[in-house]
Amino acid sequence: MKRFIFVMLVLLGFAFTAFSYTIGLSLSTLNNPFFVTLRDGAIDKAKELGIDLIVVDAQDKPSKQLNDIEDLIQQKVDLIIVNPTDSDAIVAAVEEANKAGIPVITVDRGSNGGKVVAHIASDNVLGGAMAAKFIAEKLNGKGKVVELVGIPGTSAARDRGKGFETELQKYPGLELVAKQTANFNRAEGLTVMENLLEAYPDIDAVFAQNDEMALGAIEAIKAAGKLGKIIVVGFDAIPDAIEAVKKGEMAATIAQQPFLMGQLAVQKAYEYLETHTIYIPVELQLVTQ
Amino acid sequence: MNWKGILKKLKEYPAIVGFVGIVIFFAFLSDRFLTLSNFINVFRQVSIQAIIAFGMTLVIISGGIDLSVGSVFALSAVVMASVLKGGSVLLGVLVALLVGALLGSINGVIVAKGKIQPFIVTLATMAIARSLTLVFTQGMPITGFPSSFRYIGRGDILGIPVPVIIMFGIFAIIFYISMFTKLGLYTYAIGGNETAAKLSGVKVDKYKIIIYMLSGLLSAIAAIILTARLNSAQPTFGTGYELDAIAAVVLGGASLAGGKGTVIGTLFGALIMGILNNGLNLLNVSPFYQQAVKGIVILIAVLIEREN
Repeated sequence: MKRFIFVMLVLLGFAFTAFSYTIGLSLSTLNNPFFVTLRDGAIDKAKELGIDLIVVDAQDKPSKQLNDIEDLIQQKVDLIIVNPTDSDAIVAAVEEANKAGIPVITVDRGSNGGKVVAHIASDNVLGGAMAAKFIAEKLNGKGKVVELVGIPGTSAARDRGKGFETELQKYPGLELVAKQTANFNRAEGLTVMENLLEAYPDIDAVFAQNDEMALGAIEAIKAAGKLGKIIVVGFDAIPDAIEAVKKGEMAATIAQQPFLMGQLAVQKAYEYLETHTIYIPVELQLVTQ
Repeated sequence: MNWKGILKKLKEYPAIVGFVGIVIFFAFLSDRFLTLSNFINVFRQVSIQAIIAFGMTLVIISGGIDLSVGSVFALSAVVMASVLKGGSVLLGVLVALLVGALLGSINGVIVAKGKIQPFIVTLATMAIARSLTLVFTQGMPITGFPSSFRYIGRGDILGIPVPVIIMFGIFAIIFYISMFTKLGLYTYAIGGNETAAKLSGVKVDKYKIIIYMLSGLLSAIAAIILTARLNSAQPTFGTGYELDAIAAVVLGGASLAGGKGTVIGTLFGALIMGILNNGLNLLNVSPFYQQAVKGIVILIAVLIEREN
């Protein structure tokens, strides 16, 4: 009898999953709160819609991501949501999914090839420009600015830098005195800012291409006794940064909405499986308090 | 000592010569470089890397390698951070030291008793400790500690930052160990010729375990300092630190084949790495070139070593 109930339960389980969709979510890394929040948003939405979500983590390695996606294809998932480690390196994986007839949605970073049914992202170029505009307003268009750059060669670093620098050129009184990388890392943000403060003691504003570097820079500014004299603008609005904005240590951070991005990805995946497609940018917002 | 004697002595420590050379080079290029505040700044930044490298020095002299230092660093930091959140600074620090020493001894036991190459063992524990760090933190940083704890990273005594004082304290201890104790003597002996050491009655396994334990312990101490400086423990802490530490040790004149190396050399090796970072930032050199500069300096240094 016990065995019979067990078998029935297993069959019931199978029957149940057969009616719901299985979606694969391949993330670039879970070593970063941003993508952890994005994952949480996706899981939240999947639960709500009764979707089976398989999450894989590429640990920032394009080669591992290709394997991850091949595994998802083997599992015959209904759709794959990809957050590429690299927009070029992901093309092979997208094409494999295309060949297997599995639709692909990209999140945060796009794919430079293959067929993608939807792309969900916030506009990094616009975000960089927002930061430059904010600094210009705060400084009345005059002062010395430094930029902390993310990992050289990544699309986020490229786009945020491009938006920031292009916008900054509109204000002739603002001088970009230094542009150094701290690799999106808080510990490096600290040391690079310390070094820059030695080189340029009269910095008026810092734009960090992510909050981690901004928070590191704030520690350096605090130690130099210059808190409140230098405007720091971050990017991403992670919880620590929002806390720093509330305390008045950080002037502003550009908010991406990773939870919303995760939710939206699954929502659009579901809509696509039921019906069909679009491009949806998630709006950015400037958080100043 | 006469002029020639000094010159000969200096040749034994090319890292010191290299350090002085790079300092002079940057001093010419940037008027902001050769200031007291910038030097205090560089020493404070270097303290973390140097402490890890001191432990790595013993490991490398013994003919081994410890790739797990960065992950051990991260795991000790986050476990400590969660204890600090509970309020007790002393307990937090002790927990960090315990985690570091424990992970280090695990490395040592597997290397010594399992007779597996240290490269493989520590490559595996590097991955395991990183994974545990991510599981423990769920990928989120742990932030906000008592100000008494932050003193370790931010305080200073007579203008000298606490991290620098800790670094020199540890330098003195490791220097003493390597020159004047049985442990130091046997470390060189094991690295020079392990079989000979064993045949002459050295308890090789026991000393190897101690050496790896020290490496883990020093990683934890470095982790305490960085956590206190940043007021935050990050799951990404320490990635790549193993390579920085190995570079500092090798720049300091150690041989990866074992049996050769000094703690003084390592100190200057770490200083070279730190001064390069600092100088390149000060000169606002494009990030695209910076890694190449560091790579070239390492190659030149090692080539000079070979000349000797």
